[in-house]
Amino acid sequence: MIVPTKVSGDEGGTGHLEELRRDPIGLMTRVRDECGDVGEFRLADKDVVLFTGAEANEMFFRAPEEELDQAEAYPFMTPIFGEGVVFDASPERRREMLHNQALRDKFMRGHAETISGEVERMVAGWDDAGEIDLLGWFAELTIYTSSACLIGQKFREELDGRFARLYHDLEQGTDAVAFVDPYAPIDSFRRRDEARVGLVALVQAIMHGREAGPAPTDDDRDLLDVLMSIKDEDGSDRFTADEVTGMFISMMFAGHHTTSGTAAWTLIELLRHPDAMTEVQAEVDGLFASQTAGETEVSYQALREIPWLDAAIKEALRLHPPLILLLRVAMTDLEVEGFHIAAGKLVGTSPAVSNRLSPDFADPDAFDPARYLVPRQDDLDNPWTWIPFGAGRHRCVGAAFATMQLKAIFLVLLRDWQFEAAQPLDSYRNDHSKMVVQLAQPCTVRYRRRSSVAAPVAVGAPAPADSR
Amino acid sequence: MSMRIAVDTDKCQGHGVCESEAPGVFRVSKAGELAVLDPTPPESERARVELAITYCPTHALTIEEETP
Repeated sequence: MIVPTKVSGDEGGTGHLEELRRDPIGLMTRVRDECGDVGEFRLADKDVVLFTGAEANEMFFRAPEEELDQAEAYPFMTPIFGEGVVFDASPERRREMLHNQALRDKFMRGHAETISGEVERMVAGWDDAGEIDLLGWFAELTIYTSSACLIGQKFREELDGRFARLYHDLEQGTDAVAFVDPYAPIDSFRRRDEARVGLVALVQAIMHGREAGPAPTDDDRDLLDVLMSIKDEDGSDRFTADEVTGMFISMMFAGHHTTSGTAAWTLIELLRHPDAMTEVQAEVDGLFASQTAGETEVSYQALREIPWLDAAIKEALRLHPPLILLLRVAMTDLEVEGFHIAAGKLVGTSPAVSNRLSPDFADPDAFDPARYLVPRQDDLDNPWTWIPFGAGRHRCVGAAFATMQLKAIFLVLLRDWQFEAAQPLDSYRNDHSKMVVQLAQPCTVRYRRRSSVAAPVAVGAPAPADSR
Repeated sequence: MSMRIAVDTDKCQGHGVCESEAPGVFRVSKAGELAVLDPTPPESERARVELAITYCPTHALTIEEETP
């Protein structure tokens, strides 16, 4: 039995930790180039066995918890959620969460309207032309959409930009230094902990406000009301503001930076590829033009059948997956492709590497939405290497919600606005210095109101943003 | 030819799209467990079942054609 080869670049000390913080995709690509499907790098006292390619990935995604467990695999998340809130749950628990978190199909129509309404509110504050920072703009939008859809419209109305900015500091507190010490005295961890305190204070103030106000009615009761109504046997509140905040942070986390970043990259890639933008724009315009007079709502079916936009989003996800390294802990000794993996090692797979493997994907670095257009289906043909959402038992339960949300966002944006880059097209890039990947600033685009636009889709469009 | 519905339980996450498309054939419990009410549905359900297969977010459903 042979053991995995270690990739070059370990010069003692913390091994590859500094390279992971500087250029993680370069490191992981080199693991594949030097070691093949199964290779290894080192983060201080932890060895990470990295899988790439369909065969090893399939083993990774099919393995039961008794072999590969993820509860302990993400030490950088514990200080963000709070002790006792795990990053992921068992497949059985995830099924229950689907129900509890309103991610089920029967709620999707309502969510589509909510999301369209939130985009309308954000653009209501725009002039006829201007400039936005993609990171800040989409991050704020997705705070509102995820809080409205997952927690409730009432809670969303109690939030403003402060929540989004604190949330961003949390996400920035995911430095890989956490593999050595999640509480190391570094600036990003200090800001992370201050942000969590700030979020608890915002939630506490909201809870105080509700306690002082009238009791919720059945119509406007949201998840926070439900949590506040649960009492211990002695009549005291079951959940503190700290615990409620931890639950909300964890519910929103998986769908926030991921969706926000993918929205930004979809727009950037469409600006880089005007031919694809033309196709998507024609599709959007056709959708609104085909509506009969007086019909103001884009049907849920239309949202599902919009192939060019769908393909552009898939291609942005393939080239710029929001999660670049998925991790597990080996619970027993394992054998994969003839390699022995000792219990206790970290085991990882990389969407950033796998999504660009040749020959799985022809011309793998090219943005080519046509690879998903009938009869081609590169995503379904490569279930273990087209993995922006992971795969198998632990596949992202929010994938359908995220895809619907992204399409709803672009339908509203592209109906009324045209966009152009405000900086060189090749200057947009990701910041990989944290485990949560975000766009690097500057990342601005210019918008301009389209001269002739179809009738507005009044999908429950509420009051403009400045009325709050 | 008749159809038999096959479910890959490793993939199913209980989203309930199938129930929305073909409520006579699929039922998803509150806990997210899928029950196929009729594994060999009549031809009249075929169009709805095919929509359920197309839109299943995890591609967990397939039709196996059977010759009697």
